[in-house]
Amino acid sequence: MGTVKVIIPTPLRQYAENRDSVEVAADDVRGAIGGLVGRFGQLRRHLFNDDGRLRNFVNVYVNDEDIRYLQKEATPLRDGDTISIVPSIAGGGLNAMDLLAARRKDTLSAQEIKRYSRHLILPDVGMGGQLRLKQSSALIIGAGGLGNPLSTYLAAAGVVRIGVVDFDVVDLTNLQRQILFGTADVGRRKLEVLKERLTSLNPGVDVQTYETRLTSENALDILKDYDVVIDGTDNFPTRYLVNDASVLLGKPNVYGSIFRFEGQASVFWAAKGPCYRCLYAEPPPPGLVPSCAEGGVLGVLPGIIGSIQAIETIKVLLGRGDTLVGRLLVFDAMRMKFRELKLRKNPECPICGPNPTIKELIDYDEFCGLRNPAEQVSEEFQITVEDLKQKIDNNGQVVLLDVREPLEWEIVRLDRAVLMPVGQVPGRVNELSTADDIVVYCKSGVRSARITNFLRDLGFRKVKNLVGGIDEWADKIDPAMPRY
Amino acid sequence: MTLVLSPTHVRAIEEHAREAYPEECCGFLVGPPGEPKKVDEVRRATNVVESNRARRYVIDPREILATERSTAGSGREILGFYHSHPDHPAAPSDFDLANAAWTGYSYLILSIVDRNPNDLRSWLLDPERKHAKAEILSITP
Repeated sequence: MGTVKVIIPTPLRQYAENRDSVEVAADDVRGAIGGLVGRFGQLRRHLFNDDGRLRNFVNVYVNDEDIRYLQKEATPLRDGDTISIVPSIAGGGLNAMDLLAARRKDTLSAQEIKRYSRHLILPDVGMGGQLRLKQSSALIIGAGGLGNPLSTYLAAAGVVRIGVVDFDVVDLTNLQRQILFGTADVGRRKLEVLKERLTSLNPGVDVQTYETRLTSENALDILKDYDVVIDGTDNFPTRYLVNDASVLLGKPNVYGSIFRFEGQASVFWAAKGPCYRCLYAEPPPPGLVPSCAEGGVLGVLPGIIGSIQAIETIKVLLGRGDTLVGRLLVFDAMRMKFRELKLRKNPECPICGPNPTIKELIDYDEFCGLRNPAEQVSEEFQITVEDLKQKIDNNGQVVLLDVREPLEWEIVRLDRAVLMPVGQVPGRVNELSTADDIVVYCKSGVRSARITNFLRDLGFRKVKNLVGGIDEWADKIDPAMPRY
Repeated sequence: MTLVLSPTHVRAIEEHAREAYPEECCGFLVGPPGEPKKVDEVRRATNVVESNRARRYVIDPREILATERSTAGSGREILGFYHSHPDHPAAPSDFDLANAAWTGYSYLILSIVDRNPNDLRSWLLDPERKHAKAEILSITP
């Protein structure tokens, strides 16, 4: 029997008459701690659990040694030994049950059961369905108008692995419809903000981000790890790329698109129905279908279409209900009507037909005519905003031809410009003189390039395209000018 | 209960969390006992957990013992512990609760999102060890 000193950790001193150490006589550790709690009864429940064993976070040291590496509680004591009671300090960001359950994909944790309770009591979802969502994955192409509501609902619903492909930063013009982003996020990478929001909504989801443009080189590699591919893109080359890659990999492709007041949605799944190429074998000529940046879009619209895509994705993952396979849903917000078009598999389809001619991914920019040299304007028919400014300042006579739409004209325009929207140019060309110096401009320089080439072909030699359009003018020449 | 920190302490914790990101960092809050608990030193600890370091931290009990010994007799003691939650909210997880030691220690959690300190909160375990309640955090120079 020796007399040993037991050091009391700070939070427990209140139960030991505020002493920082207590001397007890004991043969071994069990005896010493027994003596301690015998004297200060309140300490017992702080050191021992209900079974009378030391709590799992309580470590006992004899001098410098952990008793677990000695003889545990039977560790003998000698006169003058010091016993320290030391807490284990551990923790971490993720819920322990969730961590355990995340490893075990065949079960839901108590927290998950509560979180998804409104699903669990749904006849068509239930525990089985929720577990399927937990085991499944979805890849969203584009973190824009559609990607925002889509990813939000999928994360909330418990689709546990969500991939997102995007390379953009948040722009002020996005906020009118991309509702996960706030004003303070302008300039931040979309994926960074998205991941932050989705993780805060549901820490159980694993958000995988791909900060890259989807290309023929990387598409198969990115898509192959996911159960469902969701198309939230805003351009034809990527849309065909997503379709072809999904067909080649046998994945369902949940499609959505928006323009002005109208949206479309479908599920393209070559194994069960038509693909996007069965619907549109060829892309429209470049420039014919304006993008949302050119044509505008109602901010709420992607909320509707993105939500429809999220529903379809969940149905595909659950294997329940009638999905949009073989149907194109068309929504007109102005008339508030949903219409439905039947889609058939095209037996001649070059990628999903019985005799496919496309067996690997191709160059989609070229396929969509974006590498067509006709769309490029040669050097001598281009003018920079700086040169134009100088020309105007030097009293150079120049006709500024604005080929944007009247609504754009109302927002902002260059001084003394003439409005002649793209569609009216062929009919009003007689208003222009080949003797004048003409500078054609639009918002970004794409539409005006087409018109410059058109006028050149008609014999105008003194026509130039304003590189970068009015956007560039606002950027470099007149920062006070509003941008849209 | 109130925990008092200086802006320098907060910056030291943020710096530590940034260095450790995407892993969790952890450390000691040291100061004289009393109410409010005034931290006069923030001391880094080594996260010794072996796996899942982005979601877990463990302070070696020997390091705790050494810290206790180094402060013994100085009128200062371990008031609590800090750790970071990379890309997670500054709230205790169930795992934090299940592994928390005795009531009385402050558990200061810094949420850090993409290397940017996001939120800092202090928590105390209730005596039943079931919940953590937020502790008043006062940051004064």
